Amino acid sequence: MVIELERVAMSYGGSELFADISLKVQAGSFHFLTGPSGSGKTTFLRLCYGALLPTAGQVRLFGQDVRDLGRDGVAHVRRRVGVVHQDVQFLDHLSLADNVALPLTVSGRDTPDQMDNLDELLNWVGLRPRAAAFPAQLSGGERQRAALARAVIMSPEVVLADEPTGNIDWDMSQRLLTLLVELNRMGTTILVATHDMNLIRAAKSQVQARVLRISGRRLQLAGADL
Amino acid sequence: MTRLRNFLAALAALVIGDPQADRLVPPTGFTARLTTFAAGAMAFLAVFALALSLAAGRLADRWSRDLAQASTIRISAPPEERAAQTAAVLRILEATPGVVAARALPPDEAARLLEPWFGPDLPLDTLPVPQLVEVQEAAVGFDPQGLRLRLSAEVPGAILDDHTRWRRPLVAAAERLRGLGLMSIGLIGATTAAMITLAAQAALSANAQVIAVLRLVGAQDRYIAQAFVRRFTLRALTGAAVGVALAMVAVLLLPAAQEEAGFLTGLGFQGWHWLVPLAIPPLGALVAYLATTAAARRTLTELP
Repeated sequence: MVIELERVAMSYGGSELFADISLKVQAGSFHFLTGPSGSGKTTFLRLCYGALLPTAGQVRLFGQDVRDLGRDGVAHVRRRVGVVHQDVQFLDHLSLADNVALPLTVSGRDTPDQMDNLDELLNWVGLRPRAAAFPAQLSGGERQRAALARAVIMSPEVVLADEPTGNIDWDMSQRLLTLLVELNRMGTTILVATHDMNLIRAAKSQVQARVLRISGRRLQLAGADL
Repeated sequence: MTRLRNFLAALAALVIGDPQADRLVPPTGFTARLTTFAAGAMAFLAVFALALSLAAGRLADRWSRDLAQASTIRISAPPEERAAQTAAVLRILEATPGVVAARALPPDEAARLLEPWFGPDLPLDTLPVPQLVEVQEAAVGFDPQGLRLRLSAEVPGAILDDHTRWRRPLVAAAERLRGLGLMSIGLIGATTAAMITLAAQAALSANAQVIAVLRLVGAQDRYIAQAFVRRFTLRALTGAAVGVALAMVAVLLLPAAQEEAGFLTGLGFQGWHWLVPLAIPPLGALVAYLATTAAARRTLTELP
């Protein structure tokens, strides 16, 4: 299992967001996480890459309890987990190419070979001609694709995407989904939090995805009609 | 041992640097200039505090040496009793704790002492010039009151003139001044550390988003801290080097010191002391390194 949650609860300021959630995410699987706004999808994802600790229960990433990881351990986990947020953050003073290469830079793997891969990766997400552009010059769709490229440049075992299509049009959403499906076919575990049911329906025609829903502070397996 | 190895590794990383890591933190022009200016100004002040301290030290040493040299006993007696009284004084001095040596000044030496007032070829035997006995004190000194009492009892014509005693408070003052100079250097160092800590904390807080992005892509806190620490350390080193250079030129342009000159004209460096200010830039950089490391560790722990 790459991610395991066991009887996990999460509270903010005494208010319980969800409780008693258990989940095992197998390597190579594709999951959608859905639920109404404020149900805790983002919090759930943050638990899955060690950005938050649960108030109760246990979260294991690659077999290790996140409570035992420490800050350095979490940093190492994040090299194995690519993350894409709805509100993508970049370093504004660096070019798109430098931003996408950030995970390589901070892990000291920015070798010439790896930088060749960067070109291929930018080509894969269709941003090669925009490599020298700065984040402020990118459109919403370009930012999302750049974020995906940054998330996968270390060839992570897991990609977590939080409303990746929230700020982009349907065509761009489809394009992003195709990239995620391609990654999954290459063996990457994918977990996408979204409230976009059309995206989920579109995905189910391309990949065998499990759909989870946070509802009433519990995690449920959503119906097959989705 | 491991700590030392870690420290040396950190120092090597600091000196060699990582151009890629340095680029990750956005440039902060105004803060950078302020930090460099503050480090330079503090280094400038530190050089003057050092010059003051070293000059005060030299003064204290010189006055201390003078103190340790001589007191004088003046024997005013009729010529026929002079030899006996001189011998009695020397005997008393031999038995006085704190007296290292004593000798009666021969007539030619006494004549030389009076030469500035009476001119050369002074016929001492025609003048009622008292016999002088020079007393060499040990560092601890002797009990002048006790010696006076003994002299008045046994050699009534002998008078102790411990003319160097007035210098004792001056030596104490000079030593206090040296201490104050050193304390000022300490305060300057502490102020530099405080200013750089504030600047580093402000820079770290202002770059919270950068830190969040770096963490998201797997950067360890020490990697993030390194980028800030290196930047502030180099700024402090540059500022301090410029400040020291300017201060040393300023000290060089002070009026030249003379052997018997007053304190103000002796305020400068002498001999190898000119090398001492060169330690200020690396020390300033070390202070900046420690202050920024502590600030980075604290801020990164506080940031989510």
